[in-house]
Amino acid sequence: MAKKVNVYSTSTCPFCIRAKQYLKDNNIEFVNFDVGADHAKAEEMMKKSGQMGVPVIDIEGEIIVGFDKEKIRESLGI
Amino acid sequence: MYELIIIGAGPAGITAAVYAARKKMNFLVITQDIGGQAAWSGDIENYTGYQFVTGPELVSKFEEHMRKYSIDTREGEETIDLEKAGDVIRVKTSKAVYEAKAVIIASGKVSRELGVPGEKEYKNKGLTYCATCDGPLFAGKDVAVIGGGNSALDAALQLMKIARRVYIINNTPKLGGDPVMREKVEAGPAVTVCNDSTVTAITGAKMVSGIRITRNGKAESIPVEGIFIEIGLVPNSGFARGLDKNQHGEIRINCKNETSLAGVFAAGDVTDVPEKQIIIAAGEGSKAALAAFKYISHLRN
Repeated sequence: MAKKVNVYSTSTCPFCIRAKQYLKDNNIEFVNFDVGADHAKAEEMMKKSGQMGVPVIDIEGEIIVGFDKEKIRESLGI
Repeated sequence: MYELIIIGAGPAGITAAVYAARKKMNFLVITQDIGGQAAWSGDIENYTGYQFVTGPELVSKFEEHMRKYSIDTREGEETIDLEKAGDVIRVKTSKAVYEAKAVIIASGKVSRELGVPGEKEYKNKGLTYCATCDGPLFAGKDVAVIGGGNSALDAALQLMKIARRVYIINNTPKLGGDPVMREKVEAGPAVTVCNDSTVTAITGAKMVSGIRITRNGKAESIPVEGIFIEIGLVPNSGFARGLDKNQHGEIRINCKNETSLAGVFAAGDVTDVPEKQIIIAAGEGSKAALAAFKYISHLRN
């Protein structure tokens, strides 16, 4: 069963764009939250990751800060 | 042992890699990330052939082109040392040691740090070096941009549309940069320019809540929730210890991209090429690859 993936991103952040593209290229489904527009999700992101940098990728509770390909690959087994 | 190692995979490194692949060289690319500074650029209007393209789009084109050649690439590896012993060049990274007959350094530049208390602690907790990336998170809040040149003006212009108030902390008597940008910033209704000011500390609780500055000799505290550091870029040349560099730490090269050490070439923003542009870096990368190829060919003979 595929892991649930949430991505917290801003609309202008280049790393967020690359991270989402990477997930798409690997056929990984994810839900995207625009933390620039959605304050509640911004707070959620800060609580989960203890910081404000984007992107934050939440793979069923495993929090990855930044577009860290290796960690994403490991976590999703790709 | 490889014939060639390319350090860095921004526009210079990727172009060098494509050229090296097409010369069927036995080579490796070692890089921290793919895209380099170009990846965090917003709108690019001067990369010939693309009248308008964003940084991420252009980088993904570069990456696609590189992938076409199945190039051995070690991503997420930081180069920490480079030395030559006899005819062999040894490249030490955070993970391994590699050997090659020739090396191209295309490691680009990185944001200059302020060097004040609180800077490391609050990185990504309200303090950032990328207005393009993190700006939207500070909607309706008070923020400070540290710097007075084009990077600072660029950040300020982006933040003026988002934040409640933008303070610009500049350590010279006047803002620098392009007059057009400067005028727009100075005319902003919610912009406060603090000239002759230096940041002495970043303060806060869990996240940033303020900065302390010295302005015209007087200490002041400004409550802000976001701090954008835009005081310039420094070359990633620290690991290239024995090489000749200029006063900015940029690696000196000649028109064949040769450095002061035979077999070591360099390309792009890490060098003393007078202008730092994506298209220049790409061109320099191809020159360096062709020069490295000629060098290796002579060694073979």
